[in-house]
Amino acid sequence: MSASSRLYIFVIAILLALFCIYNVVVYNTDGYVAVEKLSPTAVKGQQLFQNNRCWSCHQLYGLGGYLGPDLTNIYSTEGKGPLYIKAFLNSGVKSMPQYNFSEEEKDALVQYFKQVDQTGIYPNYNAEIEATGWVKIKYRNETSRD
Amino acid sequence: MKSKSPIYFLLFALVALFLGMFFGMTASFQYLMPEFLKQQIPFSKLRPFHVTSVISWIVLCATGSIYFFLVYVEKFKLFSPFLAKLHFIIFLLTGVAIYFSFSFDYTKGREYFAFMPILIVPILIGWILFGINYFKTLYKNVKGWPVYYWMWGTGIAFMCYHLLEAHFWLFDFFRLNFIKDFAVQWKSTGSFTGSWNMLVYGISIYLMSKIKKDSNVATNKTAFFFYFLGLSNLMFGWAHHTYLLPTQPWIRYVAYAISMTEWIVLASIIYNWKRSVLKVEKENHPMAYRFLLATDFWIFINIILALLFSIPAINFFTHGTHITVAHSMGTTIGINTTILFSALFFIVHQIYPDFETDRKWVKRGFVSFNISLFIFFISLIIAGAKRSYWMYVSKTGSFSEMQDSLVPYYISFFIFGIGIFVSLSIIAFPLFKAFFQKIKS
Ligand code: HEC
Repeated sequence: MSASSRLYIFVIAILLALFCIYNVVVYNTDGYVAVEKLSPTAVKGQQLFQNNRCWSCHQLYGLGGYLGPDLTNIYSTEGKGPLYIKAFLNSGVKSMPQYNFSEEEKDALVQYFKQVDQTGIYPNYNAEIEATGWVKIKYRNETSRD
Repeated sequence: MKSKSPIYFLLFALVALFLGMFFGMTASFQYLMPEFLKQQIPFSKLRPFHVTSVISWIVLCATGSIYFFLVYVEKFKLFSPFLAKLHFIIFLLTGVAIYFSFSFDYTKGREYFAFMPILIVPILIGWILFGINYFKTLYKNVKGWPVYYWMWGTGIAFMCYHLLEAHFWLFDFFRLNFIKDFAVQWKSTGSFTGSWNMLVYGISIYLMSKIKKDSNVATNKTAFFFYFLGLSNLMFGWAHHTYLLPTQPWIRYVAYAISMTEWIVLASIIYNWKRSVLKVEKENHPMAYRFLLATDFWIFINIILALLFSIPAINFFTHGTHITVAHSMGTTIGINTTILFSALFFIVHQIYPDFETDRKWVKRGFVSFNISLFIFFISLIIAGAKRSYWMYVSKTGSFSEMQDSLVPYYISFFIFGIGIFVSLSIIAFPLFKAFFQKIKS
């Protein structure tokens, strides 16, 4: 084996070792704000969100599709909330298909949005933009400081 | 007789491209007429068809090209032609199963992998077979690997890992912690993209070394430096997709620092511009050469955009807008697809040395492809900028008013999307015919 091949294998080995450590740490790190684990009902709601591909039009934390609005804080936004969400589900507004959710399914989706809402804020209007290019986001547990 | 599996992959890839563009066009129509057929075929039904098909185009074409280079150009004896055939059959059947699962709404998965999660098993088996065949073949045949062999090997290995990671949500350990789960989901999709980029960028270096007849581009120290840089970005850079997700800040700091190393890539592109482009020997490979030129242009545009919005302060405004879409379209179409077409033209020349690649219509298609893509790209940037303005500056008006104000850009997006579809179809048709003929012979 040539000297350069040995060097390359060495570099890869180091990168892989770092990657393993990094993954173990990332997989064992919770979000910045401590929240309850998803309840069984919320998990059901999340599964409905997936089965019906709500993500292809809607976003959570700005990730997802662009045809509908972001739903991260739909649960707690003024003028919106559980009843508003339920009203939307089976109404079929604009490009949104008209679904046929049972009351139980609607509750599950609402529970999911409720727990997502507790994890943070998006869009994060009170984030601080720093000179280094860094953005210090405002966390859920900091809201009381307003 | 040589294995025909590589050609099967390429044909299958072109079919996926055609279908993917078709679904994309129909889906984008819903931006113009939101109510059109929305109960029968809502956007949410078409989008998975589109995304899976176009990703399949990239992945299958890369796979077929790599098999082809090993067997037909390097003339290695494949470790097992049977495994390659099996790989193809598994992917073909899984592809059909995925279409079925989308058609009948068995879509329990998540974005990019919406199909029934169980289907990831055959996909993984396919990749493992590819890996076995690849490493066994090279191990026997090559000493002192040029960088593209490393890149392909890395691409295959990381592809397996990140496809698996994209399904970690099936375990409660991840799923019940929303933020961790969501972060890992976007980590896996980001690195999944990085994995296929390893395959595709490896192909571009392979092509450059063959078209220039200069193996140095793939063996010098700089090439390896950039390979390691790319690999570090694949491993640790993903969190620039989730700067606004309340993960632990260190995850985002690492991503910011790692992402900024890509400025070195930009600097080197500018520094090497003339050297890399002009020396290419174009007589034998006029179209392969032209597509690589287009790649250079699109890399330049996209890397500037990507670098800018990997800075959190800029990302803050562009995240969640069509500017992100512009980036993903610019890279998958502008960079990946041009490299893959370059590979296809190179390949067809290997199979039929007399095949005239730069026919009049193909050249026209090439020009209209680039123009269409450019306007398509710009339409998305403007739509994204307007959405960002609505979100962070004006903050007035409802969501649907904002959407309505974007319609002119959606129209242009739609029309130039058709432009891309038609142009690529014109370019691909002679290739498709040639590969088909090869299969029959
Ligand atoms: C085909 C795209 C599409 C799909 C799929 C879709 N939606 Fe929607 N949704 C929309 C659009 C568009 C709106 C906004 C309508 C308007 O206000 O003009 C909307 C609005 C909403 C709203 C109200 C948001 C607000 O801020 O006013 C909720 C809640 C909602 N959708 C939930 C869901 C859920 C849950 C699913 C999956 C079961 C889903 N949507 C699937 C397109 C879609």
